[in-house]
Amino acid sequence: MDGSLALEIPQIFPEIALSVFGIAILLLDTFLPKSKRHAATGIALAAIALTAVFTLGLVGEDGTFFSGMIVVDGFSIFLRITFLVVGALTVLASSSYATRENLAVGEFQALVLFAIVGMNLMAASNELIMIFLGLETLSIASYILLGIKRSDAKSNEAALKYFLLGSFSSAFMLYGIALAYGATRTTNLEAIGREIAAGSAGMTLIYVAVGLLFVGFGFKVAVVPFHVWTPDVYEGAPTPISAFMSVGPKAAGFAVLVRVLMVAFPAAYAKWLGLVWLSAVLTMFVGNCVALVQSNIKRMLAYSSIAHAGYILVAVATRNQEGVAALLFYTLTYALMNIGAFTIVSLVSRQGDRKTYLDDYAGLGFKQPGLAAALSIFLLSLAGIPLTAGFAGKFFIFRAALESKFVWLAIIGVLNSAISVYYYLRVIVVMYMKEAPDDWSPVAMSSSAIAVIALSVLGILQFGIFPDMLISLARSSVIGYR
Amino acid sequence: MPMMLQFANVLVFLAVGIFFLVFSLTLSSLVRPYKYSAEKLSPYECGENPVGSPWIQFNIRFYVFALIFIVFDVEVVFLVPWAVVFKKLGMFAFVEGLIFIAILAVGLAYVWAKGDLQWVRPEERGSLAER
Repeated sequence: MDGSLALEIPQIFPEIALSVFGIAILLLDTFLPKSKRHAATGIALAAIALTAVFTLGLVGEDGTFFSGMIVVDGFSIFLRITFLVVGALTVLASSSYATRENLAVGEFQALVLFAIVGMNLMAASNELIMIFLGLETLSIASYILLGIKRSDAKSNEAALKYFLLGSFSSAFMLYGIALAYGATRTTNLEAIGREIAAGSAGMTLIYVAVGLLFVGFGFKVAVVPFHVWTPDVYEGAPTPISAFMSVGPKAAGFAVLVRVLMVAFPAAYAKWLGLVWLSAVLTMFVGNCVALVQSNIKRMLAYSSIAHAGYILVAVATRNQEGVAALLFYTLTYALMNIGAFTIVSLVSRQGDRKTYLDDYAGLGFKQPGLAAALSIFLLSLAGIPLTAGFAGKFFIFRAALESKFVWLAIIGVLNSAISVYYYLRVIVVMYMKEAPDDWSPVAMSSSAIAVIALSVLGILQFGIFPDMLISLARSSVIGYR
Repeated sequence: MPMMLQFANVLVFLAVGIFFLVFSLTLSSLVRPYKYSAEKLSPYECGENPVGSPWIQFNIRFYVFALIFIVFDVEVVFLVPWAVVFKKLGMFAFVEGLIFIAILAVGLAYVWAKGDLQWVRPEERGSLAER
């Protein structure tokens, strides 16, 4: 027994590397002199690079490990890379932020690494209990990250709200897991699928279980009607963490949702399709319409992230491989544009995260044209203007919807993209067509923030103008998908 | 359905529990004397005099200690089954157990070095970045 288990350990090398480095950063942060603690950022980046090497070493693997707990396939490897990209950008963006706000940089970076471990485990879970463990690893790290500005009331509020509602949704999810186990006598996703297909499971219990699981995952990815925490949490959180929360846990939640719905509950498709369909439509409309009237840019981006969860749900509803490939493409490119946008919001908001209102962007286009141009690219990409990755992502999702005969979902999606253009363009209009206030203070730049912005812009243009490479990679990642 | 029948035990247990509670409370309310006094009607606080409102803000440091206690409590819960089958599992499990303990030890070292085990107000110690 021990021999075979030891042989399977390389399959979780990425997670082991991240954990070891995270613990090392905590120790260094404790025992190094204060002047050397900023080394944590470099160590975290090295950890992510090493993890990327381990993850790429798994390419081609396809199977389950650790008694069916962990599945390594193209889908999970693609997502692990997505999470590493999210993590690297968050680490970079938060290093200068932590210095500016006088936060413990080591604790910050270690928690980001632990959060990636949780997301990785979620993407690679083949088992309901394992999914829950990954989700809790991610959640506990994010509770602390949200409240890391300990003396800031808004940061505390964000952490407490997310903690209370997160625990509540975890309870729903656990109840769903319990019912699924009660009906099928297993928590293994493939075994659940087999039991249901064999007709030996009580379908009423299964339907209730699917509903409860959808509540749990729906909370994590912020789809209507489980979205109400999002604006308050994103507004109060340290801005790099708002960026992280809006892309990392969302991608991980969707990964789990897709795997659970498609592997364990394909037989209940007729039932969960209605849930997903309705939730997708509501999410798109509520997110976009409420974003129209926001004056705080962090809240606007929060509602925009709700709307984007709606587009991704359309991909889930299609249930075909093209839809899953579009989902993979969308979560990666959406991560680039949202982290980029939030990083600029973080820079413009100055020390203490005070200047987060639309008016604070007046005249940015003349005072700091480079920054304004980058933010414009991110916003245009979020709106889905051609030649940006946002357009390509929406195009793939809506095409997958049309191929699966979800004409109405595609129409509603396109309609919502049109609505969203208004509030994204409004920021650009304020930047370029309003005079800067007389007491304008220049936005302080840092090399790490410039790196994040430059990498995101490059990624958006690369995947926007030449989407073929990434989408074919995503397609090949779902081909082995069971 | 046999699996559902196993859950019937739980239901019976629950029913017996509720019945026992209601039965004993009803019976004692029938036979006990009723002699109230101000002392008897005051909330029970382990023999202490109840003073002031219970809705006060508890010091956050109580929770830090409770949390650390739980960490080591749970550690023992995991280590007992590990120790019971220790011989059968061999070297692999031994190393895994050591890693598990080492991770928790790092956590303790971190809390200790950062000064969170001291009963001094945190603001007197500066922010976390300075410790």
